[in-house]
Amino acid sequence: MTTTTTSTMTLGGAINAGLRAALERDPKVVLMGEDIGQLGGVFRVTDGLWKDFGDQRVIDTPLAESGIVGTAIGMAMRGYRPVLEIQFDGFIFPAFNQITTQLAKLHYRTQGRIEVPVVIRVPFAGGIGAVEHHSESIEALFAHTAGLRLVSPATPSDAYDLIQQAIASPDPVLFLEPKARYWDKGEVDTQRVATQLAAADGASVATAEMSKARIAAPGTDVTLLAYGPSVRVALQSAQIAAEDGVSVEVIDLRSISPFDMDTVLESVSRTGRAVVVHEAPTAFGTGAELAARISEKAFYHLHAPVLRVGGFHMPYPGAKFEHDYLPTVDRILDAVDRVMAQ
Amino acid sequence: MAGTGPLSEDGLIRLLDHHGNRIPDATYDPYVAHLTMDDLRGYWRDMTLTRAFDLEATSLQRQGELGLWVPALGQEAAQIGSARATRDPDHIFPSYREHGVLWVKGVDLPQTMGMWRGMEHSSWDPRAHGVHTYTLVIGAHALHAVGYAQALDWDGHVASGNPDNDAAVVCYFGDGATSQGDVNESLVFAAVNNAPVVFFIQNNQFAISEPTTRQSKVPLAQRAQGVGIPGVRVDGNDVVAVHAVTQWALEHARSGAGPVLVEALTYRMGAHTTSDDPTRYRASADEQYWQERDPIARLETFLREAGELSQEFEDGVRAEAKDLGRRTREAVKGWQRGPVLSMFDHVYAEPHALVQEERAWYSRYESSFTDGGVK
Repeated sequence: MTTTTTSTMTLGGAINAGLRAALERDPKVVLMGEDIGQLGGVFRVTDGLWKDFGDQRVIDTPLAESGIVGTAIGMAMRGYRPVLEIQFDGFIFPAFNQITTQLAKLHYRTQGRIEVPVVIRVPFAGGIGAVEHHSESIEALFAHTAGLRLVSPATPSDAYDLIQQAIASPDPVLFLEPKARYWDKGEVDTQRVATQLAAADGASVATAEMSKARIAAPGTDVTLLAYGPSVRVALQSAQIAAEDGVSVEVIDLRSISPFDMDTVLESVSRTGRAVVVHEAPTAFGTGAELAARISEKAFYHLHAPVLRVGGFHMPYPGAKFEHDYLPTVDRILDAVDRVMAQ
Repeated sequence: MAGTGPLSEDGLIRLLDHHGNRIPDATYDPYVAHLTMDDLRGYWRDMTLTRAFDLEATSLQRQGELGLWVPALGQEAAQIGSARATRDPDHIFPSYREHGVLWVKGVDLPQTMGMWRGMEHSSWDPRAHGVHTYTLVIGAHALHAVGYAQALDWDGHVASGNPDNDAAVVCYFGDGATSQGDVNESLVFAAVNNAPVVFFIQNNQFAISEPTTRQSKVPLAQRAQGVGIPGVRVDGNDVVAVHAVTQWALEHARSGAGPVLVEALTYRMGAHTTSDDPTRYRASADEQYWQERDPIARLETFLREAGELSQEFEDGVRAEAKDLGRRTREAVKGWQRGPVLSMFDHVYAEPHALVQEERAWYSRYESSFTDGGVK
């Protein structure tokens, strides 16, 4: 195909298109979840797939998250590539045992004899005014578990590529979908990942590619580190900072496990200042990990302590409080001011 | 053993009583009609060798050579009778006490000791033997069994028209596991998907110290009714009945008729593990009662009374048992730990930057010692 391969999609639409491409590419790909069939998922991310691929490929499961993940593991043992939807972040916990003791560890526990290429899609994080258990940022709980990979797209383009790379990877992947960004629009090149996956070593290349961070906006004074829903807020903050003469580099991490520390350290070594932004509570979080590793590896480049902007040590509050709970442009700029003052 | 609770004998299928008498059963006799005396002698050999291995492993743990051991003592008939009903395309998901099942599936038992000695995790290739690695998180593997069975169906291994191609999954777990959410979800997922799974409960009457009455008010096989699949109770110390029931259940599953729940009522004659002390929670009278129902002795009596257990055969098996014990001891004592950096292997299938970084650091750290560090 040498025709035009770029089109405009929403982030949710790009995931849908990526799932469709994966279903077409590999007959072993099956989608499973609650309400993903006729309904198309509560966010309609699987819209139309049941109709086109049938209920052998797009499967409505019983309402039991552990059962979804556990049965997917058994299917993966026979060469299938299940792509699961956990309806909301706050409902993943019944499957926590299957994900952490089984899915994450089976490759290690069987000395590499069993691969479990299961992808778990999770609409995650807040910002949509939802009721409790529907806005949670769960990444640190899973990033702490060896054996899992975690990625989170911030753009339609990355959503399209990352979902297909995650499905192609032989490792289990948590695919965290920023639900507040499902309707963000952007350009998507549908050829790039197809070419990548067509190569003989496509799965290896795909795994390596999805583990890379991206410089979303170049800058020289401060490095803002973000992923998923926080990238848009970080970019807005960078624009406003620029008006005040502060040049902010925004890195979209894309991958949370592993972090692309080469890209992070290269940037921080240039700017000498780093601020991490995420919606999850900052305590014991991914920002804490980044701050620790930056201070271990780039301490003598730093002009200021690494700061974190994120949620507080509390259950996710009621929707009318979430604007105060989530990292806003103002809170990010406050952190930028503080590192610039050093 | 009276009453209707989880330890009653209500509905128990039995083809060989504990005096070694054959009890006719119109329903299940056809499923063992093919068994020859050679087969039965073979089962006696399977059980005898499994027990010899098991006792050797218990000794090795007591001598400090193993971190832990989980004896299968008393459960040999439940394991051998059921595993001998499986065949190549079938796949087995064991719990962690199914040493007899591993034996039947051709896993070299001495080579399974690495896990218990702390040298490695699972030691066999699940694909090569058709038996998954042990799962210590109680009941977690039941869901894997269902998913695997669904995939067998998708791959054309159920009701294919060619009986040799048809396959099913056997999933072993204990009475305690029946309280787990994952086991209950497994029953639901298997039932609604008509998955070819035989759930095989070894009700050995204890979840460590807790009797089955702490898990259930009814015989465990009755759980099947709630999800609309057949549930069968069998005397788990009767290798012939276990074989018959499992044979029936596997044929049911392979034919596309869906999952089956089998409850084999047996008795854990030993401790839960070598860290356990059953004298704290059970009566010696009960142990004596079950001693008289020893699964190996039962078949032995039957064969002896039928004049089918020659001294020569018996001596041969005893010599094999001794040899298996010796090989087990040698394997354990001679086990060399792999290179230290091998602990970083297989965390992921594809390279992961953090694992690579930590491995490289530990390698540098080790080599910084003048003696080259730990090997």
